[in-house]
This record gives sequence, structure tokens and C-alpha cells, in this order.
Amino acid sequence: MTEKRVTTPLTAETVRSLKAGDRVFITGIIYTGRDAAHKRLTDLLKAGQPLPVDLRGQIIYYVGPAPAKPGQAIGSAGPTTSYRMDPYTPAMLEYGLKGMIGKGMRNREARDAMVKCGAVYFAAVGGAGALIAKTIKKARVVAYEDLGAEAIYEFTVEDFPCIVVNDVYGNDLYEEGVKQYQRA
Amino acid sequence: MREIQASKVTETVARLCMEANYDLGEDVLDAFKQGLKAEESPAGQDIIKQLMQNAKIAADERVPMCQDTGVAVVFLELGQDVHVVGGSLVDAINQGVKKGYGEGYLRKSMVAHPIGDRKNTGDNTPAVIHTEIVPGDQLKITIAPKGAGSENMSGVKMFPPAVGVEGVKKFVIDWIRAAGSNPCPPIIVGVGIGGTMEKAALIAKKALLRPVGQHHELADVAALETDLLESINKLGIGPQGLGGRVTALWVNVEVYPCHIASLPVAVNINCHASRHKEAVL
Repeated sequence: MTEKRVTTPLTAETVRSLKAGDRVFITGIIYTGRDAAHKRLTDLLKAGQPLPVDLRGQIIYYVGPAPAKPGQAIGSAGPTTSYRMDPYTPAMLEYGLKGMIGKGMRNREARDAMVKCGAVYFAAVGGAGALIAKTIKKARVVAYEDLGAEAIYEFTVEDFPCIVVNDVYGNDLYEEGVKQYQRA
Repeated sequence: MREIQASKVTETVARLCMEANYDLGEDVLDAFKQGLKAEESPAGQDIIKQLMQNAKIAADERVPMCQDTGVAVVFLELGQDVHVVGGSLVDAINQGVKKGYGEGYLRKSMVAHPIGDRKNTGDNTPAVIHTEIVPGDQLKITIAPKGAGSENMSGVKMFPPAVGVEGVKKFVIDWIRAAGSNPCPPIIVGVGIGGTMEKAALIAKKALLRPVGQHHELADVAALETDLLESINKLGIGPQGLGGRVTALWVNVEVYPCHIASLPVAVNINCHASRHKEAVL
């Protein structure tokens, strides 16, 4: 497994350098978003309206964090299941989003859009929310505060651990990994 | 009649909500150790190690092991000689959920109207409560917070009896294969066979309360559990679906008598965070 360190925002060159199976540590700003926020964002894109946060070149982390205890930047914050965001993904990538972090398989349309628009999908370890929260140094809500855990947060992360699942070359680590280990 | 104060129920539910989300059971921790030995994929081994580390941080720092602290599913075994006083039992439980999720810094994940505006209720109420009236003068409360990632990958199918145990096996295996990486493998699988549609679903969920590593007392059901676990772990899905040997840590099957014309089967998937804590009042 190759280990890579990347900083955000992601350049086209960085995105092209990432391959399915790479272990990646992300440092910089990432944004959160899940079902309800994606619906609002893509409704704005459809209407030709500006988004409340400039997400071009950025990474969205699919997460609904637990509340912070006193002394914490954020509560437990592992990935949520990504397929629920598939219907919104082509529009987000056409707009200029460059990375997504979540867990679980993406549909054909989302994967095709990654190849077409030059974007990458990372998986974080689902269920490791307490461990992942240690890499999130700062958190603040930047849009849709009314959505509570589903609001858009800006996270400042240091060495946030994840693995590249879908790269711009059309590779899919879930398909390849399972093929390698399945027994008839 | 033995009297139990509603306020005592509230305090107990609040405590159990927090403990269930902070403290992963010893049974799952042991299963991680076994899984680490069985896993051949380096990435899979790394993931199991991270989950072990995560469980330790959650327990030591009193934070939830997963941000999805779930729907508060509550199983009650209410002794028929118990009289709850000082308020309604259901209100007492919901007050306990509100208190536990608030004071425990747990995520509030319930929306009031599923097809309406889906506005968050703000305190993780209402709980989903299953009550059984049993002999005796005690009240057993089990809190089993259930996250959506694995719950969304669950299902029920009504088979004709002719499909037999082979048909049941095929359904479960196909179901787990289709769920793939979504329910955060390594998973724990609850299977309910028999009863009616809702009974099969309920016993599948109850199956998840039985400790990992403990087989059903009926030999043929225990054999089915072993068989299903082996077959699931041949799928190659592995930890987090990235490929590997350890897709499931354990399979628990529960059975119930059913109609001459029916063979209901339910699969309820749990992620590794098999959260359940109980208390007897």
C-alpha cells in the first residue's frame, strides 16, 4: 500500500496522482455535507444560484458528527454511507468539487462523473468515529446551521486517514479487493 | 404488586444510553482478536486494529464509539406483578432517552415525520419500544441503539416452505453480498426465521442481543449459524468492504413457529458496534 500526504484544496495534478488503494493522509480544510445539505446545494446549482460556501477544488466529508464535549473540537465523526449522496454527485462534480470522503460503494453515474470531471472518492473507516475525531483540530458551522448534525461544517484536519476507492482512471477498490479474496 | 418509580426508569435508561454508546461489549472485543488472526488482507488487519483502538478511546474518554448513536431501541421485559408509579412508563423511557442523549453528548438522529418535513426532534426521542409481559415482579430494560448504516441494509422476505433451509441460506448470503461495503463490515448478522412478517423482523433484531460467540441452544439452528458464517466469510467483502476474510464476526439465528404455508425470513445487520446494555429493576 502506497502512503501519500495531500493538502487541500486539491489541484487537478494531485487528483491525477491518486490511485485506488493508496493510503492517504489529508491536511487542511475539508467540508462536511450529507443528505439534506446536498439537496439544498444541488437545488441552488439547478437554479443557477451561488452556493453558501465555495466548494470548487474542495473535499466534502459525508458525516454527521456527534456533539463536542467540553474540550473537544468535535464529537465522534466517522463517515456515513455514501450511496445516499449518489443522486447529487454528478451535479456537484460538474460544479467543481474534487473529492469526497465516505464509506461504501458508489453507483455507476457517480463513478462515471469522477472520471469525466476529475474527482476522487476516499473511504474512511466506518465505525472509527472516536479515532477519526482526533485528527479534526477545529470545527465550525459555515452553512445550514438549522440542520443540526447535518449542517455544513468546516473542519481543519491534520493527517486525516483514508483510502482511495475510486480514482480518475475508473478503478474501484471495492470491486478489486473483493475479487481478490472471494472463494467460490 | 411491586412498585417501581417512573423516575427510576428514567435514570436507568439515561445511564444505559450512554454506556451502550461508550462501552463496546467484551464479546465483540474478543471477536476482534479472533478476526485479526483470521484476516489475511493487510488493509483488513489494519482496519480491525483501528476499530480496537477506537473502542479503547471511546471507553477511556467516555465518547461514543460511532457518531451515529442510533435510534434508541428499547426492549422491556415487564413482570406482571410490577406497577410503575409516578408517571407513564413510555414517558419515563423517553425522558431517559432525552437525558442520556443530551447529557452524554450523543447525536440526535430522529426526525418527527418520515415523509413530511423530516424535522429533527432535537432530543433523539421517541424511542422504539418493544414490551413483553413476563411472570415475576421485576422490570428488565435493554437499550440497543441502532445506527442507520447497518439498519438500512436489513430486510424481510416471505418464502413458501418449499424453499427450505437451502432457500433461507441463499437469501441471507445474497442479501449480505448485496449490502457489500455499506453496513461497515465486519458485521454481526441477526437472522429471524418463522412467525409472521413482523415477528421474523423482531426476532432477527433480538438475535443481535445474544452475545457474539454464543450459539443457539438448538443443534440444527447452531449448525445453520456456523454454516452461514462460513459462507458469508467466503464472499471476500472483508473489513470495510475492501476485500478480506472477515466480513462477519458472528451470525445469530432465532426461530419461531409459523403457519403451515409460510417461511418468513428476516436479516437484521449490525455493524461491529453491537451496542446493547441492560439493567434489571
